[in-house]
Amino acid sequence: MRALPVGDDALLVEVASGEEAQALHAELLRRRTEGSLSVREIVPAARTVLLDGLADPARLASELTTADVPPAPPRAREVVELPVRYDGPDLADVAAHWGVSPHEVVRIHADTEFSVAFCGFAPGFGYLTGLPPRYDVPRRATPRTAVPAGAVALAGPYTGVYPRSSPGGWQLIGTTDTVLWDHTRAPAALLSPGTRVRFVPVGSS
Amino acid sequence: MTDRALSVVRAGALTTVQDLGRPGHAHLGVPRSGALDGPAAALVNRLVGNGPEAAVLETTVNGCAVRPRSTVTVAVGGAPCRVTVDGRPVAWSAPVRVPAGALLDVGAALSGVRSYVAVSGGITVEPVLGSRSTDLLSGLGPPPLADGTVLPLGRSTQLHACVDVAPQPAPPAELVLRVTPGPRDDWFTAAAVHAFTSRAYRVSPASNRIGLRTEGPALERATTRELPSEGVVLGAVQVPPDGRPVVFLADHPTTGGYPVIAVVRASDLPAAAQAVPGTPIRFVAVRRR
Repeated sequence: MRALPVGDDALLVEVASGEEAQALHAELLRRRTEGSLSVREIVPAARTVLLDGLADPARLASELTTADVPPAPPRAREVVELPVRYDGPDLADVAAHWGVSPHEVVRIHADTEFSVAFCGFAPGFGYLTGLPPRYDVPRRATPRTAVPAGAVALAGPYTGVYPRSSPGGWQLIGTTDTVLWDHTRAPAALLSPGTRVRFVPVGSS
Repeated sequence: MTDRALSVVRAGALTTVQDLGRPGHAHLGVPRSGALDGPAAALVNRLVGNGPEAAVLETTVNGCAVRPRSTVTVAVGGAPCRVTVDGRPVAWSAPVRVPAGALLDVGAALSGVRSYVAVSGGITVEPVLGSRSTDLLSGLGPPPLADGTVLPLGRSTQLHACVDVAPQPAPPAELVLRVTPGPRDDWFTAAAVHAFTSRAYRVSPASNRIGLRTEGPALERATTRELPSEGVVLGAVQVPPDGRPVVFLADHPTTGGYPVIAVVRASDLPAAAQAVPGTPIRFVAVRRR
C-alpha cells in the first residue's frame, strides 16, 4: 500500500488490486462511521481510494501504510436484481471475443454475482466487477454518440449500466428498464460502491 | 407563481444558478459544482444580507438582464461590469434597490469572465442533493438560464450591508497558480516536470466550468502505461494525451484516467475563474503545508 499526497488536504491510497481497494474502502467507511476518521469524500476507484478533506493527511498516510486492512466483510446488503433483455447490438461481438455463443454470454453474465467496485463517469454509473479476467473485452473502436439509458454494457473487466443517455464506447449487450439514478428518490443512486448486483434475463417482448 | 420571482429578459452567453455546490457525493460520480469564484459569490450575498449558502447567478462574459416581480436588493460582483436599473447606471459591488418590475441589466465583463448577481432572499429553485447549483458536466440542478426563465426568490430576512462599495480583487493580468507536485508527477519525464513550472502557458478559449484548459508546451510522459481510473480533486492538473495541462474546476469529473501532475492550491482557483483566454499562466511549485 502506498499513500500519495494530493494537494494540501487529500491522500490517494494505492493498492495492488481491485479487491484490496474494495477492502480498504470498506475499512475507511467503517472508521468514518465509528468516528475515528473525519473526511469529506471517500472515493474508491480501480486500484485506489481517494480521501479528500483531511485535517492531517501526512499523519493518516503514515498510519495507513502500516495498518492491517481486513478483507472486505461479507456484505450484509441485499442483492439488487436488474431485469435485463439481452438484446444489445454488440452481443455477437462480445460472444466472438469470449469464444462462445451469444446464448452462452447471457448464461455466463446472468450467473455471475457482481459488486460495484466504484462509481464515476456520470451520477449513478457503477463499475461492476465479478467476471473472471478471461472475459475482459476492449472498448469499441468507435464510440457511439448516443447510448440509450438503461443500456447494459461491458468494457475491460467491468459491466456498467448507463443511468441516462450519453455518448459511450462500451460494448452493449442488453437493456434494463430499472431506473439507476433519480435525484428525487432517496438514495438517488441505486448502485453505490459495495452494492451487490445480479442481472436477471427477461424476454425481449 | 408567487411575486417573489425573477424573470429572465436576457440570459446572456451562459448564466447559471450557483451556490456552495454539492460536495460529499463524489463516490456516486456526482461533481461538487458551485460558484467558480466563491469569494465573489460570498461577497455579493453578504452585500444583500443573504447567508453564504444562498444561490446567486453566475454570468459568463456578457452578463444578463432580469426583471424582479417584487422590490429586491441586488449586488453585482466578480468580473467588473456596467450595471443599470431601467437604463440608469448604478453601483457595481454595492447593494442596489431594484423596484418591482424594473429591469436590472448586468453588462458585459469589462475585465475578467464571470460576474455574480445576488438577490435578497436568494434564488430558491428546488435543490438537488442539497444544492441549487447547475452542474454542466452531469446535468444536475437547474438548466442554464434562457430568455423567459422565471426563477423563484426566497424571503429576505436580513438587512443588507451598509456599505457604499465593497473592494474586490481585480481579475488577473497574469494567472499565478501555486501547485504542489503529484500524485502522478512520476509519470512524466524530468524535462516535462521542469517545463511545467518554468515555461509559459496561456489560458485556452476552450476553458469552461469543468476545467481551465491551457496552451503551451506539451508535457511528455515517461511511461506509455494506461492509468486505471482514480479519484481526482478540485484543482487537480490533469494531463490528457495532447500534453496540455487542464486545471479541474468545480464541475470536474470525480474520477479520471489521465495522470495528475500537480494540484493547484484552492485559494488560487477563484482567480482562475476570472482569467480570460490568452491570459499568461505561471505554475509555481510550493511546498505542501
